[in-house]
Amino acid sequence: MADTPRSFQEIILRLQAYWAEKGCAIMQPYDMEVGAGTFHPATTLRSLGDVPWAAAYVQPSRRPTDGRYGENPNRLQHYYQYQVLIKPSPPDLQDLYLGSLKAIGIDMEMHDIRFVEDDWESPTLGAWGLGWEVWCDGMEVSQFTYFQQVGGHDCHPVSGELTYGLERLAMYVLGVDHVMDMPYNDPDAPIALTYGDVFLQNEQEYSRYNFDIADTDILLKHFEDAERECAAILANEQVDPKTGHKIVMAQPAYDQAIKASHLFNLLDARGVISVTERQAYIGRVRTLSKLCADAFVQTAAGGAA
Amino acid sequence: MPDLLIELFSEEIPARMQAKAAADLQRLVTDGLVEAGLTYASAGAFSTPRRLALSVEGLTPESPNTREERKGPKVGAPDKAVEGFCRGAGVTVDQLEKRDIGKGEAYFAVIEKMGRPAADIIAEVLESAIRNFPWPKSMRWGTGALKWVRPLHSIVCILTDEAGAQVVPMSVDGIDAGDATRGHRFMGPDVFSVTSFEDYEVKLKRAKVILRADERADMIWSEASNQAFAAGLELVEDKGLLAEVAGLVEWPVVLMGTIADDFLSLPPEVLTASMKEHQKFFSVRDKSGQVVRFVTVANRETADQGATILAGNQKVLFARLSDAKFFWENDLRVAKAGGQAWLDALSNVTFHNKLGTVSELVDRMAALSAEIAPMVGADAAEAEAAARFAKADLSSEMIYEFPDLQGLMGRYYAKEAGLSDTVAAAAQEHYSPLGPSDDVPTAPVSVAVALAEKVDKLTGFWAIDEKPTGSKDPFALRRAALGVIRLVRENTLTIKLGTLIKDADLLSFFHDRLKVFLKDEGISHDVIDASLAMPGNDDLLLLVNRAKALAAFLKTDDGENLIQGFKRANNILTQAEEKDGVEYSFGADLKFAETDEEKALFAALDAADAKIAPAMAAEDFAGAMSAMADLRMPIDAFFDAVQINADSEVLRRNRLNLLHRIRTICLSVADLRKIEG
Repeated sequence: MADTPRSFQEIILRLQAYWAEKGCAIMQPYDMEVGAGTFHPATTLRSLGDVPWAAAYVQPSRRPTDGRYGENPNRLQHYYQYQVLIKPSPPDLQDLYLGSLKAIGIDMEMHDIRFVEDDWESPTLGAWGLGWEVWCDGMEVSQFTYFQQVGGHDCHPVSGELTYGLERLAMYVLGVDHVMDMPYNDPDAPIALTYGDVFLQNEQEYSRYNFDIADTDILLKHFEDAERECAAILANEQVDPKTGHKIVMAQPAYDQAIKASHLFNLLDARGVISVTERQAYIGRVRTLSKLCADAFVQTAAGGAA
Repeated sequence: MPDLLIELFSEEIPARMQAKAAADLQRLVTDGLVEAGLTYASAGAFSTPRRLALSVEGLTPESPNTREERKGPKVGAPDKAVEGFCRGAGVTVDQLEKRDIGKGEAYFAVIEKMGRPAADIIAEVLESAIRNFPWPKSMRWGTGALKWVRPLHSIVCILTDEAGAQVVPMSVDGIDAGDATRGHRFMGPDVFSVTSFEDYEVKLKRAKVILRADERADMIWSEASNQAFAAGLELVEDKGLLAEVAGLVEWPVVLMGTIADDFLSLPPEVLTASMKEHQKFFSVRDKSGQVVRFVTVANRETADQGATILAGNQKVLFARLSDAKFFWENDLRVAKAGGQAWLDALSNVTFHNKLGTVSELVDRMAALSAEIAPMVGADAAEAEAAARFAKADLSSEMIYEFPDLQGLMGRYYAKEAGLSDTVAAAAQEHYSPLGPSDDVPTAPVSVAVALAEKVDKLTGFWAIDEKPTGSKDPFALRRAALGVIRLVRENTLTIKLGTLIKDADLLSFFHDRLKVFLKDEGISHDVIDASLAMPGNDDLLLLVNRAKALAAFLKTDDGENLIQGFKRANNILTQAEEKDGVEYSFGADLKFAETDEEKALFAALDAADAKIAPAMAAEDFAGAMSAMADLRMPIDAFFDAVQINADSEVLRRNRLNLLHRIRTICLSVADLRKIEG
């Protein structure tokens, strides 16, 4: 398929169709504020244990410190990642990935695609893996990672994870220089919308809120609440007294870990976390992630008998 | 004699690991083959982003039969001893032979090992090499347990002789060895079989893979140089980058692109750093040294001769340089306003949680620079001003993006802030020397701030007890101490470290560093100890000069003999003093001198005294030691002719007092008691 997509959404639709055709469950975004697609339970939790899994989804991601009031050509505090996770990683994952580039109109005969060493680590998730950043003509278009550890647990089997930075990839494919100028829907549609039409105002509003307005005392309190709630959820008996079933509440607890992580990012953007405190906060979120991973591997989806 | 070809084909191996991995493969396999009794004529290892390959030529077709005899316990020894011997030798009791050894009979085991075909040995050795490969980081994939740098896909392992090629049967974690591989990921993806190393290399080239990393590097370098030259420009040499880029491609295609005029106002170092770190581009400069173009190396040919690829790369570079320019322009605004905003921001940056902020560090450095300035011939106010601005660039946006440019950007920004060239130079040079090959600053203000930076670091980390231990030196304190030593030496500075450093333990750390440093210059530790034992040992230059003069002196005939004479005198004297319970420091009297040799020694000691004292006062160690050398003959003659322990107690005491003069004179130059041998 050499024809070029015409809009941001067409690229997303083509990726969805491609990965659906390759057998992935097309999931919807997780309904919480996260910093990256990896935080979606369909990746973090499902990469644990030995139950096979294949999922693909768009995940809106928030990085408050990257806000630029919509002025920077490619930096945004809210953007989209496309995420694929397959467990166990299939032997032809690289070829599958290259097929997805072809599907969105990147002609392998004309472009220079390279796998350049880039090891991935998420200190807040207690996770790491080895892989590459994928370059197309010198531009990073994806992260490609073989998960080795998540939440402090060794991954057996290993999941293969692909992450596409959708805006940047789409700008490249569509030949757009500023993200806000990118066609969001078909440029010939009766009501043609650019990315800016949809998101410019949001970027301005959130940039101001994130940097100057967010109440740090409240954020801090929310952080501590989430931290407490996460531990409290997991401190419960595994057998539910009401139903008599074993119900480990790994994902509700993980929701709290996600919350804590995002609150930390907001506090960071407000500039109230010193260099030394930073490590301590990251450590606190990691502790939560590990607790949730410990809980999830005791569930059926986590491979417990 | 068969030849062996091995290829381990995987997903992309990080460029920085490839060369060592090829060498490790060669070492592990050839060592294993030799250990198993095979020999070979030659071997070579190769790497590309997707494969490690090994060629071993002239391999013996099988290992030789071996026969070994081992003597065991005596016949009649306890069963346990006999069984243990059998286990060790790998034989059963009924296979043992009894032999007469003169004093009765003993058991003997005869261990005969049949030679094994090379293929069997190779299969074992290769499997072990793969399973125990020393990758800096390795990983699992899929459901497997095998670890490799990235997923391993196929193995070629063939033995080739006159009769043709044979696959060596072996398998690792479900990957069977074969004779098939594939070429370039995009330009030669089809599978093909190979029959020998020559065949392999030729077919790879046909499938658009250059097997040899040095060949790829040469191709890149010569093609890039040619393109630059044709444009009247020059490629900026960068060997590290060349090796890295050669490890990122199997089929290098060199493309030269332009840098938009908007960015030519950026400092060339910023252009180079931005292009190299993010994009792995080479810089191309014009005759004036301005970087005006870049070279990128693609991994494939295209129908449009790389036009699309180059356009893409140019676009990425445009975005990168837009960022860099944005940082530069923001930074210039702050710098032109004097940089105060950066200095203020340093109070929010932690230097070390027990040592306060960078702002506090700057305060300490400023005070220390002013204190050091007069010792190094710098103006105190200027040194203080330089120290105040030295860390300003750490707050700049450019350094946030490119930390490696610290200091260099400080120099640019200091000039923009209207500071003197001297102060600007110190902003860059105060980090030096960083390593043994780094230049030592010579401008007095730079030297003052460089010393202040290092002395503050060392005293600070000593105060909070974060000293280097063993191989751990996370704050590079050894390097800092060595930096101080080099600054002092190469600028011939006289500085009493004791005035700057009160901690005796830290001073002795300096002395240890100095020992390591001087050892590299061939000065042995006892010579250094003899110099360290003298007063003024916190003056590193004095210490070095003394040690060097002493080392030179000890290499001479006179020096060696004088040491013997000194030791003899010192031993006799020390024994007598212990025995008599007195110190013979009353002064010898010439009137009790009996022999000519004794009188001559008196005269020689007087002469030496007259020369050594002023030489020492002038720190002329070579002069002092040459005066000491004049004592050698008189001392030797004295010992030959005179009996110290004379019957007359008066004579004996006078001679002991004379020996005391020898000791005093010699010890005034260096503590010769520490000299070994």
